[in-house]
Amino acid sequence: MLGTVLSGDYPRSRLLTAILIAILAGLALAPFVFPGTRSLNVAAKILIFIVLVASYDLLLGYTGIVSFAHTMFFGIGGYGIGIAAAKLGPTWGSLALGGGIALVLAVALAFCIGLLSLRVKTIFFAMITLAVASFFLILASQLSWLTGGEDGLNYKLPGLLLPGTRLVEAPVLGVEITGRLVSYYIVFLAALALFLLLLRVVNSPFGKVLLSIRENEFRAEALGYRTVVYRTIANCLAAATAAAAGILYALWLRYTGPDTTLSFNIMIDILLMVVIGGMGTMYGAVLGATIFVLAQNYLQDLMKLASGAAQGIPLLPNLLHPDRWLLWLGVLFIVCVYYFPLGIVGRLRQKTSRPN
Amino acid sequence: MIGEHPVLETHGLTVRFGGHVAVDAVSCAFRPGTLTAIVGPNGAGKTTYFNLISGQLKATEGRVSLFGEDVSGLSAPGRTRRGIGRAFQLTNLFPRLTVLENVRLAVQSRAGLGYRMVSVWGSHVALVERAEHCLYRVALADKRDLIAATLSHGDQRKLEVAILLALEPEIFMFDEPTAGMSVDEVPVILELIHMIKQQADKTVLLVEHKMDVVRSLADRIIVLHQGQLVADGDPGEVIASPIVQEAYLGVARA
Repeated sequence: MLGTVLSGDYPRSRLLTAILIAILAGLALAPFVFPGTRSLNVAAKILIFIVLVASYDLLLGYTGIVSFAHTMFFGIGGYGIGIAAAKLGPTWGSLALGGGIALVLAVALAFCIGLLSLRVKTIFFAMITLAVASFFLILASQLSWLTGGEDGLNYKLPGLLLPGTRLVEAPVLGVEITGRLVSYYIVFLAALALFLLLLRVVNSPFGKVLLSIRENEFRAEALGYRTVVYRTIANCLAAATAAAAGILYALWLRYTGPDTTLSFNIMIDILLMVVIGGMGTMYGAVLGATIFVLAQNYLQDLMKLASGAAQGIPLLPNLLHPDRWLLWLGVLFIVCVYYFPLGIVGRLRQKTSRPN
Repeated sequence: MIGEHPVLETHGLTVRFGGHVAVDAVSCAFRPGTLTAIVGPNGAGKTTYFNLISGQLKATEGRVSLFGEDVSGLSAPGRTRRGIGRAFQLTNLFPRLTVLENVRLAVQSRAGLGYRMVSVWGSHVALVERAEHCLYRVALADKRDLIAATLSHGDQRKLEVAILLALEPEIFMFDEPTAGMSVDEVPVILELIHMIKQQADKTVLLVEHKMDVVRSLADRIIVLHQGQLVADGDPGEVIASPIVQEAYLGVARA
């Protein structure tokens, strides 16, 4: 049963299993264990980024494709919901239409980029994706009448998803059952399903062909695999999943703008999360996204505490000042790459031998 | 048992790199149930000729036909699926996958299951068994779970052959299969090639430098020299012919 759900791809390390169970439990019970608005936001962001990072790892870690257009697909999902909800009104029908169009557009675009450019060398493909993604970013900020420009779009959603909606009169376990809770569990279940789907894809016969292309494309062709077709399909799958993550993010934030979806800062964050977690392992996406989003949100608080504690010691309070949080995130990243070149999951799995 | 109609033919096959003609108008037909050895000095164009047949290189002129059908326009994967299987001279594996995974990828390609996305790889038991059988035939069964890159050079050569077996091709192309193998490992591979040759419907092409290997296995030898086919015939005759003595064995003409 568990083997079917995980597609036979077990964590293969006791510590990793424990960490994954802790993350799953934490995210599943977040509204009850960490009830604050901010912590729930962090939990939802972790869920969405797990999907986004896992779909990027399908390209980078499993197939060896370097793409910088992943946030573009994330943005397409976000704007699909945003534009539909803002222009057509907050109904389930408009959300379905917007989400559907976004998914189709993402796949079609990934297909075109794939067919046109996956034949060329890795670096050229990366450049082309960078160009297309920049174009999209400019397009989104220029078409103000449609996208709201730099300000983005604020919109209403169907009542069931709004924080003001109370579904049960009395609080359950001390927590009000509101539309916010419903939204969170929609995000949770969708993220879990998408993650398990990706886990299945990478452990399927198709997924092994992707691995073989990463390992030795020339040989994969000599075995009879049309690698261009496989790479294009992988590109489309990753794009669709990223768009789905964008849809979830838009539903959660009730806001879509360039900074939350299309920005290259997010692209860099995704890259960091893949590398920290471990390329070529889906579980790496879970660890990478969790650690990174937590650090992004709580490192400053932690540093404020540390800075306060270090008062009186020369230099240290300044180094630990909350404004220096990006510096420490950078240090964290360098240490990670230096000591765990295979990512955290790669490091944890190294200790245990590989059973088959 | 030798079939009458050739399964594989090259017609005036030529490839030029700039001004250099690497393979020069080579026409040759290969019949099923035979093993043809392709010999010649280094740089004679043997591997290039192989690349033209299996599709890694596109010919400048001429064509390749398989079962009477022109396959010159097909890509390497297309030709593999039509039955042209190739083992490479320089070991060409999936280095970070296990030995079994390497072979299974070939079995899976043969079974046409590459596009299955929703089934778990491990659940295709018949593929595993088939892959294990191929490893058993090259005496690698006990190393199935090792990472390919960690194998010794000789074992990597064996794995290369196991991958070719797993493809179950009509045409087996071996490019110096025993190069760099230790003396005690060579017989396993030679015995295997001999067994393939016994199957009446299979055709074997072998590039090989070791004359004793060629003598013991080949039904026919063709000699390439500076890209041209200079001799073709029965092993004994070809090896004895003056042109081979000069071109290949380096004996000066008296």
